[in-house]
Amino acid sequence: MSGAIVIGASGSWARALLKISPYTFSAIGIAVAIGVSVLGAAWGIYITGSSLIGAAIKAPRITSKNLISVIFCEAVAIYGVIVAIILQTKLESVPSSQIYEPESLRAGYAIFASGIIVGFANLVCGLCVGIIGSSCALSDAQNSSLFVKILVIEIFGSALGLFGVIVGIIMSAQATWPSKV
Amino acid sequence: MYGFEAMTFNIHGGYLEAIVRGHRSGLLTAADYNNLCQCETLDDIKMHLSATEYGSYLQNEPSPLHTTTIVEKCTLKLVDEYKHMLCQATEPLSTFLEYITYGHMIDNVVLIVTGTLHERDVQELLEKCHPLGMFDRQVLFKIFLTAAAKLQMLIWCYFSSCFFSIATLAVAQNMRELYRLVLVDTPLAPYFSECITSEDLDDMNIEIMRNTLYKAYLEDFYRFCQKLGGATAEIMSDLLAFEADRRAVNITINSIGTELTRDDRRKLYSSFGLLYPYGHEELAVCEDIDQVRGVMEKYPPYQPIFSKLSYGESQMLDKAFYEEEVKRLCLSFEQQFHYGVFFAYMRLREQEIRNLMWISECVAQNQKSRVHDSVVFIF
Repeated sequence: MSGAIVIGASGSWARALLKISPYTFSAIGIAVAIGVSVLGAAWGIYITGSSLIGAAIKAPRITSKNLISVIFCEAVAIYGVIVAIILQTKLESVPSSQIYEPESLRAGYAIFASGIIVGFANLVCGLCVGIIGSSCALSDAQNSSLFVKILVIEIFGSALGLFGVIVGIIMSAQATWPSKV
Repeated sequence: MYGFEAMTFNIHGGYLEAIVRGHRSGLLTAADYNNLCQCETLDDIKMHLSATEYGSYLQNEPSPLHTTTIVEKCTLKLVDEYKHMLCQATEPLSTFLEYITYGHMIDNVVLIVTGTLHERDVQELLEKCHPLGMFDRQVLFKIFLTAAAKLQMLIWCYFSSCFFSIATLAVAQNMRELYRLVLVDTPLAPYFSECITSEDLDDMNIEIMRNTLYKAYLEDFYRFCQKLGGATAEIMSDLLAFEADRRAVNITINSIGTELTRDDRRKLYSSFGLLYPYGHEELAVCEDIDQVRGVMEKYPPYQPIFSKLSYGESQMLDKAFYEEEVKRLCLSFEQQFHYGVFFAYMRLREQEIRNLMWISECVAQNQKSRVHDSVVFIF
C-alpha cells in the first residue's frame, strides 16, 4: 500500500502501530477527554464533600459559601464535556483508500492527543481543587476570615484545567482530514 | 507513601476528621479558664461551663455540686464523642481509636485487682473505673469472681496455721489463672505474657505490673502506627516517643530511693523514643533528681523543660511535661489527612478534664491562690 511505502516502517511492531486506524485513536481520544475529566471532577468533589459535611455539623454557616469549591470541581467535568463535543465534530469520514495517508494519521493523532491533554489536565485539576476545597472547608469552620484567602489558591488551581482545555482546542484545530479527491 | 494521603484519605476518614476538628474548636480557651479561675463556688463554675459545650451535660445536676460530679459529667461527654466516632469508623481507623483507650483499660484492670486484694466493694470499684477503658460486663464479672475465689481461699487459710505462705501461693495461683482464663479474651491479652512469670503480687509489684503492661502497650501501638505508614506513622511516632520518654523520666524519679534494682528499672523503659538506648543506660544509674536533670539536658528537645526548674525541684516537672505535651498535640492539628488528630484530640480533652478537676478542687477547698500551679492552657 502506498501509505506503508511513504512511512517506511521496517520493524513489525512499528508497522502494527501504524496500521491501527486513525478512527480508533480519535475515538479513544474523545473517550479519554470526557472519561478522565469526569474521574477528576468526581474525585475532587468527594474529597471536598466529605470534609464539608463533617465540618458543617459544628459550623453550619460554612455550607453555602463552600459550595463554590464543589462548583470549581464540577467546572472541570464541564470542560471535558465541551472538548469531547468539539472533538467529535472534528471526526470525519475519509474514503478507505486514504485512511492510512499521513494526513489521516495526523488528524487521528491530533484528536487523540487533544483528548489525552484535556483528560489528564482535568484529572489533576479536579484533584487539586478538591484537596484545597477540603482544607478550605475545615479552615472556614474555625476562622471565617480564611475563606476568601484560600479561595484564591483554588482559583489558581482551577486555571490548570483551563490550560489543558486551551492546548487541547489548539491541537484539535490541527485535525484536518484529507479532502475527498 | 508519605505525601499522597490527600488523594485517598477522605474516602474513609474525611468525615470523621472533619468532626474531630469541629470538636477541637470546642475546647476551652485561655479566656474560659480565666473566667473559671475567678469563680467563688462550684455553682459559679457550673454557670460558666453552661455557656460552653459542657452546658447540656451539667444543667440537670442538682444544686449542691461535688467536684467528682463535674469531672464525671465532663468525662461522660468525652466518652459520648468517642463512641460516636468509633461507631462511624472503618478499619484501620477503628483499630486506631481502640488503641487509644487501652491505656485506660490497663488502669482499670490494675484498679480492680488492687481493690479486690484490699477487699473493697464491687460497686465502688466499678464506679471508679474510667469509662473509656471498660470491658464488657461478662469479662468484668469473671475478674471479680476469680479475685473473690482467691479471697475465699484467704479466709479459709486464716483458720489454718500457715497463713502467710499459703495465702501468697493462693494469690499467685489465682492471678495466673486470672490472666490465663479471663484476660486472654480482652485486647490486653498480648501484653500479659511478660507479667505471667511474676511470682508474688504485693502492692509494689502491682505498680511494676502496671508499668510493664503500659510499656508493652506503647510498643504495640508504635508498631501499629509504623505499619500504617505515611503521615500517621510520622506524627504518631513523635507523639508516642515523647510519651515513652516522659514515662522513663517519671519511672526513674519515682523509683529513686526504693528497692527497685537498676536492671528492673531498665526493663520498664520502652524500646523506642529519643532516649533509647543511650539515655536509658544513663537514666538507669541515676540516684537523684540532679543526675536525671544532667542526663536530660543533653537532649535538645527536653532541655527547655528542665531548664525551667530550679535545682532540686520536681513538683513543677509534671506541669512542664504537660505543657510540652499540649504543645506537640496542638501541632499535630496543623497537618491534614492523618489519624494523629484523633489521638491528639483525646489527649487534649483529658488534659482539659484534669484542668477542670484542679480548678474545681481549688475552688471547693478555697485555695484559689494555687489555681495556676497546675492548669495548662491549651489555646
